[in-house]
Amino acid sequence: MNNKIKKLIPQILTILFVVLIFGFFTMNAQVNMDNRGIDFGFGFLSQEASFDMQFTLLDYDGQDSYAWAYVVALLNTLLVSFLGIIFCTILGVIIGVARLSQNFLIRNSAAWYVEFFRNIPLLLQIFFWYYAALRALPLPETAEPWFGVTYMTIKGYYIPSMIWENLNVFLSCLIAAIVSIIFIRIYARKLQEREGKQLPVIYISIGLLIILPLLSFLIGGVKLDFELPVLKQLAQTSFIFEGGIALPPELIALVVALSLYTSTFVAECVRAGIQGISKGQKEAAASVGLNPNQILKLVIMPQALRIIIPPTTNQYLNLTKNSSLAAAIAYPDLVLVFAGTALMQTGKAIEIVGITMLTYLTISLSIAALMNWYNKRIEIKEK
Amino acid sequence: MNISLSKIKTSNPITNIYIGSFLFSLAIFDVFVYSFFDLNITSFLPGNLNLFFPLIIGFIGLSFIRMEYSGIKLVDKINKHINPSNFNALLTLLIIFTILKAIPPALSWMVLDANISGDTKAACTGTGACWTYIKVWFKRFMYGMYPNELHWRINSAFILVIALGFVGYFFKENLKKYLALYYVVIYPIIAFLIIYYLISGGSFGLVWVETGAWGGLSLTFIVSFFCLIFCFPLGMILALGRRSNLPAVKYVSICYIEFWRGVPLITVLFMSSVMFPMFLPEDFFMDKLVRVIIAITLFEAAYCAEVIRGGLQALPRGQYDAAKSLGMGYWKMHIFVILPQALKLVIPGIANTFLALVKDTPLIFVVGLAEIAGMLALAKTNPKWLGFAMEGYIFAAIIFWIICYAMSKYSYNLEQKYKTER
Repeated sequence: MNNKIKKLIPQILTILFVVLIFGFFTMNAQVNMDNRGIDFGFGFLSQEASFDMQFTLLDYDGQDSYAWAYVVALLNTLLVSFLGIIFCTILGVIIGVARLSQNFLIRNSAAWYVEFFRNIPLLLQIFFWYYAALRALPLPETAEPWFGVTYMTIKGYYIPSMIWENLNVFLSCLIAAIVSIIFIRIYARKLQEREGKQLPVIYISIGLLIILPLLSFLIGGVKLDFELPVLKQLAQTSFIFEGGIALPPELIALVVALSLYTSTFVAECVRAGIQGISKGQKEAAASVGLNPNQILKLVIMPQALRIIIPPTTNQYLNLTKNSSLAAAIAYPDLVLVFAGTALMQTGKAIEIVGITMLTYLTISLSIAALMNWYNKRIEIKEK
Repeated sequence: MNISLSKIKTSNPITNIYIGSFLFSLAIFDVFVYSFFDLNITSFLPGNLNLFFPLIIGFIGLSFIRMEYSGIKLVDKINKHINPSNFNALLTLLIIFTILKAIPPALSWMVLDANISGDTKAACTGTGACWTYIKVWFKRFMYGMYPNELHWRINSAFILVIALGFVGYFFKENLKKYLALYYVVIYPIIAFLIIYYLISGGSFGLVWVETGAWGGLSLTFIVSFFCLIFCFPLGMILALGRRSNLPAVKYVSICYIEFWRGVPLITVLFMSSVMFPMFLPEDFFMDKLVRVIIAITLFEAAYCAEVIRGGLQALPRGQYDAAKSLGMGYWKMHIFVILPQALKLVIPGIANTFLALVKDTPLIFVVGLAEIAGMLALAKTNPKWLGFAMEGYIFAAIIFWIICYAMSKYSYNLEQKYKTER
């Protein structure tokens, strides 16, 4: 009895504390909103947004609703995160492997790269790229083409856009290729476990990825045209590129800064993962008669990935959260558009900040849940 | 990379070394002369060959040098560290050439063609950096809009706070047991009072300076310092809460931690600046800086809690069992047995959290506090000093880099130290 009360009291006090704080805040909010004549509600989401966005993936203009503006802005956030994750992974893996190189120069350059970009605040890096580095680029009329058809200018990066005919045929071919690769991989793994034979999965995969989409061009009637960016004179001294896709400098600065910054953390994860495999594993694999490629593929990588993937996912999550720094350089992401412009216009502080936080929270928690599931899965395999 | 160059080698290793080192140094000399003195000694070669000439002869030279054992220390060192295979030799050459190419422009921009004299923009005549800009704005970058003649107040407040931080080292043996009490309770209070009365002023004959005038690097330090000392106790409570076996306490802590860890700091700052005032009583005014510090503290406490939880989990169960078998209750056990050991384990982790905190503070610029990034934005748009964004950001980056690098090295050393002690 005594013990039960002892356990109950702290719990009751905790809950009471939480309830009191929430109650206090709600009460104040009620009073404040009454005084200012604001009413709580999400009705504003269907109203006309009447502001414009510089850069959108989907069609959007000022007559669309706040809800649509939210979707478009969220997509912009996801675009930055997606590009950042791809580039930081590529860079991070290269740097992480380079940090373990036997070559003194490579090892040390990689180490300095990590120390350099990790220790400068991300916001300053974004500002540097946006306000200093990208401002030094040439004007559209003096820009030299990169790779023949793309132009890097002070107003953004202009690349050709693709014009498809029968795009869905092409896409279905691509999906078919990916699905068949997955099946082949599963089959190859089973074959290896049963009979010890190895299929050249990589060559088959690459072959499938090339041949199936190619077939869609030859037989399926898919056509691909490129629309090249063309320089156009607006006035005496004002030039602009037309056609193609324009990537705004905000996006470029953000992606560059995010991927450079996050790649240092990814590199450390990769290094820790590879170092975490004891030398004995490598030697044992070699003494069984595997060649270096097989050692890497069958012994080192499966074990290293188990160490690498959880912290790396965490870094991806950080990158996604850090992409909200976009607001500081006016890239129309979720925070700038929704928690900035939309909030100013509607004055619905509680609802809008709440929605914004909830969005990020959902992304984070779902990835965390995925990670827990993955960790559980590989844990069982270990035994 | 399976090019067999062994055929062109002579049978005499000494000759190989002579030929190889000559070719290798010729390649480096060529690039060096080209990048430092703009002299192209191989201009007689046709276009592309001219460009790749140093790479090719450097590569051949390195493959001449490569051998199992030469007996010459330098050559063996080169072979072992930068020249173990064809692929590595190529990368080595590329890195050396990149460094040689990058030094002259960087040097001339930063030092040789740069200006530092004078007090106006007109003094910057060179093609390089204009450090005059940094010199003129230096005080603003450090102290924000704080009145110039009162800077001694910020300086002395910092010196006092740092000095008080070191007081713990000089505690006598019989006072050592109060060390934790001092750092967790007394020190934050004293530090707060010092900063409040000295920097804010308003009493003791000091002029009142409103927080809107605070700024620059000193604001970064103030914010991160307060957030650290306040988030630590909160994080400790949350960590204990998360490991508690009382469901209500446990789930409240988990919800708190996961909520703050799931949202970006920038939305938390937005919350503190636009949403939080709505939650306060009607005529209750709270300074923006205070709101921001509270928001960052609540945010960092969640990260701090996870670090401390890691320390708690790392302790062997035996410690808990032993404490319980001595008849200690929950609080006694934690205060005298568990926390002292666990906290020692998490010092490196806390240092890392603090590092992240310092790197995050420039973000308060977004809600309008003129921290160093804010001062840079202000200086950059000043009509008298347009066009020096590069210098400003490089200056801020160097300052932050030095601070963060020193801290990360320190926390790494701590990590190594505690690793061996365990």
